[in-house]
Amino acid sequence: MSAPAVSLRIGRFGERVVSQRLGFEDYLRRFLFIIVGLGLVLFMIYPLFRLLMRSLENRGGEFVGLDNYVIYFTSAVNRASLINSLNISFQSMVICVLLAFIYAYGLSRVPLVGRRIFQGVAMLPIFIPSLVQALAFIYIFGNNGIFTRVIGINIGIYGATGIIMSEVFYAFPHAFIILSTALALADARLYEAAEALRTKGVRMFLTITLPGVKFGIMSACFVVFTLAITDFGAPKVVGGDYNVLATDIYNKVIGQQNFEMGATISTLLLIPAAAAFILDRIVQRRQVAMVSSGIKPMSPKKHQPLAQIIVYSVIALVTIYIIGVYFTVLVGAFTNFWPYDMSFSLKNFSFYVAGAHHRAGAVHVLWNSVQMAFLTSVFGTIIIFGSAYLIEKTRNLNVPRSLLYLLSIMPLSIPGMVLGLSYIFVFNIPASPLYAVYGTMTILVINTVIHYYTVPFLTATTALKQMDKEFEYIGESLEAPFYRTFMKVTVPVALPAIIQIASYLFLNAMVTISAVVFLFVPGNELAALSVMLLDDAARSGQAMALSLLIIVTGFTARGLFYLMMRGAQKKTQEWTIG
Amino acid sequence: MELTAKEPKDPYLRIENIRKTFGDLVALDDISLTVGDGEFVTLLGPSGCGKTTLLRIIAGLEQHNRGEIFQAGRNISRLPPRQRDYGIVFQSYALFPNLTAARNIAYGLENRKRPKDEINTRVEELLKMVGLPDVGHKYPAQLSGGQQQRIALARALAVSPGLLLLDEPLSALDARVRISLRLEIKDLQKKLGVTTVFVTHDQEEALVMSDRIVVMNLGTIDQIGTPLQVYREPASPFVADFIGMMNFIPGQTNNDPCSIRCGSLALRCIESDSIEPHSPVTVAIRPEDIRLRVEDPTGANIISAKVKALEFLGSFNRLTLTLEGMDEFPVVAEVSIHRMRDMFIHEGSSFPVQLPPEQLRIYPGKVGIKS
Repeated sequence: MSAPAVSLRIGRFGERVVSQRLGFEDYLRRFLFIIVGLGLVLFMIYPLFRLLMRSLENRGGEFVGLDNYVIYFTSAVNRASLINSLNISFQSMVICVLLAFIYAYGLSRVPLVGRRIFQGVAMLPIFIPSLVQALAFIYIFGNNGIFTRVIGINIGIYGATGIIMSEVFYAFPHAFIILSTALALADARLYEAAEALRTKGVRMFLTITLPGVKFGIMSACFVVFTLAITDFGAPKVVGGDYNVLATDIYNKVIGQQNFEMGATISTLLLIPAAAAFILDRIVQRRQVAMVSSGIKPMSPKKHQPLAQIIVYSVIALVTIYIIGVYFTVLVGAFTNFWPYDMSFSLKNFSFYVAGAHHRAGAVHVLWNSVQMAFLTSVFGTIIIFGSAYLIEKTRNLNVPRSLLYLLSIMPLSIPGMVLGLSYIFVFNIPASPLYAVYGTMTILVINTVIHYYTVPFLTATTALKQMDKEFEYIGESLEAPFYRTFMKVTVPVALPAIIQIASYLFLNAMVTISAVVFLFVPGNELAALSVMLLDDAARSGQAMALSLLIIVTGFTARGLFYLMMRGAQKKTQEWTIG
Repeated sequence: MELTAKEPKDPYLRIENIRKTFGDLVALDDISLTVGDGEFVTLLGPSGCGKTTLLRIIAGLEQHNRGEIFQAGRNISRLPPRQRDYGIVFQSYALFPNLTAARNIAYGLENRKRPKDEINTRVEELLKMVGLPDVGHKYPAQLSGGQQQRIALARALAVSPGLLLLDEPLSALDARVRISLRLEIKDLQKKLGVTTVFVTHDQEEALVMSDRIVVMNLGTIDQIGTPLQVYREPASPFVADFIGMMNFIPGQTNNDPCSIRCGSLALRCIESDSIEPHSPVTVAIRPEDIRLRVEDPTGANIISAKVKALEFLGSFNRLTLTLEGMDEFPVVAEVSIHRMRDMFIHEGSSFPVQLPPEQLRIYPGKVGIKS
C-alpha cells in the first residue's frame, strides 16, 4: 500500500495542496492582511528606506555613495559623540541592571515590609518624560542646585554623569519588570533540593539563582542599552556640550537644517539599536524553552546579614532616588524662583509656550497630549490587537503571516529620533499627496503607534496564544463568521490584555518626545515637548509645573485604566469561579 | 456482533485516495474509506499514525495534497470548513469560557438567525438530551470535565449536523468518567442516527463504541473491520499487537505450510493459504486462547510449560510461561482467579498447555515485535 520511496522525496515547501474555495471571509482576511501590511510598509519601511537613501545623497539630492559617512568619521567631534553614546549607554546599562536586579531580588526573595509599595515605586518613572528627571537632577545637583548650594560640592552633573543618572532612572522600570518576571519563574523545589544537600547560600545563589535569571539579565541589559542610546530628552537637557548621537541628529536637523547628515547619523544609530534587538530576540527564544510548567513559586526567606544589608540599602537608595525626583518636580512646580526664592507660588502654572509663530498655554498643550494619547491608545489598540489576531489565528497563509510578524516586531529596533526624522523625508514633501497629513494630529498618532507597536503586539500575541486554538475551529464548524467569534469570544477573553495594551500606549504617548520632536508644528505642541521648549527658553520653573501636570494626567489615566481592569477582572472571575 | 464488515452500499461519507504531507513527512498515504449513513466509525492508531490529520481533513481544517472527499454525494474536498456540514468535539472541550453552557450550545443556532424562542427551546432540549438539564446558566469553568464535554457535544449537535466528528473527546477525562461517557455518547449517537467519525488511541473505546474500526499505522490503513473482526482476525501483526495482547512466536514452515517449526517444537495450524512452504513466519496467539493444564494428551500442539512469573491483576492473573523446546520465547497466558484456584497454579508449577490450531494466526515473515 505504501508509495515507492522516491515519492517521499519532495521539495522544501512540500507538495501542492488541494486549495479550498475562497469565500467572502477569506477575501476579508486577505484584505485586512494587506491593509496592515501596507500600513506598516508605508509608515515604517518606506520612510526608513527614504532616510537611508537620503544618507547617500548630498544637499543637492545627488547620489554620493558613502561620502556622508566618510565626512562623519573624519570629524573628531562626530566620532566623539558616537563614543559618548556607547559610553553612557554601557555605563547606564551596568548600573541600572545591577540596581534593578538587587531591587527585584529583594522584593521577591528577602523579607520586606511594604512590598507592594516598593513595587509601585519601581514603576513610577514611566509617568515622567525622559527629560524631566534630568531637569530634576539639575535642580538638585546643578550649578545652582539645592545640593550644590547647601553642601557646597558640585558633582558636575552636566555631561556624562547627569545623562547616566537620568537614563538609569528612566530605564529602571523596564529592567525591573524583566528581572522580576525572571526571578518569579524560579522553582522553589530546586532550592529545597539544594538545601537537602546542605548547599551554602552563596553557592545556591551562584548555581541556581543566577543561571535561572541569566537570560532575564541579558534581556534587561539589551533593553536598558537600547533605551539609553536612543534617548533624546535627558542628553538634550543635562548633556551640556557632551554630545551623543540622538542630540547630534537633533542639532544637525533643527540647528543646521543639514538633513543629509541627520540621516547619516540616524542610520548609524540604527545599527546598535538593531543589534541589541536581534540579540534580545535570540536570548528570549532560549528563555522560553527554559520555562517549565508547574513550578513551585518561591517565598521570601532570611539571608545572611551582609546580603540583607546590601539589598535593603539598594532598595532604600533607589526609593530615595525615585521619590526624590518626584518630590523635586512637586516642589519645583510650586516654587517662586528656585533656588533663590523658595517661597510658595502658583505663577509657574500660568505660562505660554513660545513657539516660533504661536503661543500655547498649559491647558492647550496638555489637551493636545491627552488627545494624542487617547487617539493613539484607541486606534493603536485596535490595529495592534487586530493584526496580532490575524497573525495568530489564521489557518494557512503562512508566508503573509510570518512577513507581518516580522514587520510587527521591527519597530522595537527603531529609535524614536530615527523614525521621526524618516517621516520628514516622506511627509514633508509639498509635492507628495502624503503632505496632507504633515503637521496634523494624524501623523503624530501614526508615528506614536508605530514607535510603540512591538511591546503591545507581543502582549497581544501572548494573550492570544494562551487561548484555545480550537475556538476558531468550533466557530467555523458552527458557521460563525470569524469576526463574530472574534467579537463574542476572543475580545472578551483577552480584555485584560487589551486594557493593558491601551494603558501602555496611552502612558507612553503622554511622555514621548524623541519621535515627535521633528513632527510637531506650532499649534499642536505636545506637553512633554513643551517641557523641552520651556527649558530651552530657560523657564525651568514653568517646565517643572508642566511636568507636574503631565504626571498628574498620567496618574489619572492610570487610575482609570486600573478601574477598567478591575471591571474586566470581575467579569472574568464571574466565569472562572463558582 | 457480526464478524464481517459490510462496505456500505450507498455511503454517506466517501474518502478517496487522500494523501497528506508535512514537508518531507508523509502523514497520510493514499487513504480510502467509506462511512455509511448513521454509522459509527473509529479511526484507531498510535500517536503519529495520521488519524487526527484525517479527521481534520474531513473537517477542512487541514488541506490535503491529493484525493477527494464526498459527503452525502457532494464533493466537499475544496470547501472551507464553514461550508461543510459537521459538528466537532475536541479533546480540550474548547467551550467558550465567557459564555454560559446554554449560550455555548446556542452559538451555532444564533449564527443561523433562528428566532429566540426556538433557540431557547432547542437549548433546553439539548441540555436534557445530554443529561444536564440544570447547568444552562453555569460557565464552563464551573463544570466538571465530563460535564464540559457533554456541553461541547450538545453544542456540536445543536444545529443537527449530518456528520459528527469526535477528536479524542474522552482522553482528557478521568478513567471512571471516560467509561460512563463513552456509553452515553454511543447511545446518543444511536438514538440520533448521526453519522460519526471518532478518533482515539484507546483500543478499548474503539471496541466498545464502534460499528467499524479503521486501524491506522504510519499514515496507512492496516485494517477496516467490525470490533470482533479486528480483534479475532487481525490483518497484520501491528493490528494484532495494538488491539489487545498477542503472543508472537517466530517460526519456519515445513514442506507442509500447516506445519511450523518453532525452536525444537512443531506446531500445527489450520490456516495455510498465502503461506509459502519453507519460509519464515510469525505465529500469533491471544493469551486467553492458550488452554492450561489440558488433561487429554492426544490433541494437537500440546506442550509442557512452566510458570515463570505470575501477575495478579484483580479478576484474573497473567502468567508468563516457558514452553519446553522454546525457552527463549516465553508466552503470556491469562486465567481467571477461580480457574486458577481450581487448577492449583502457582509460580514454578509445571503442566501441559495447548495452543489450539484453530486459534493460531500465521503472518508471513519474521516481524520485529516487542515481546
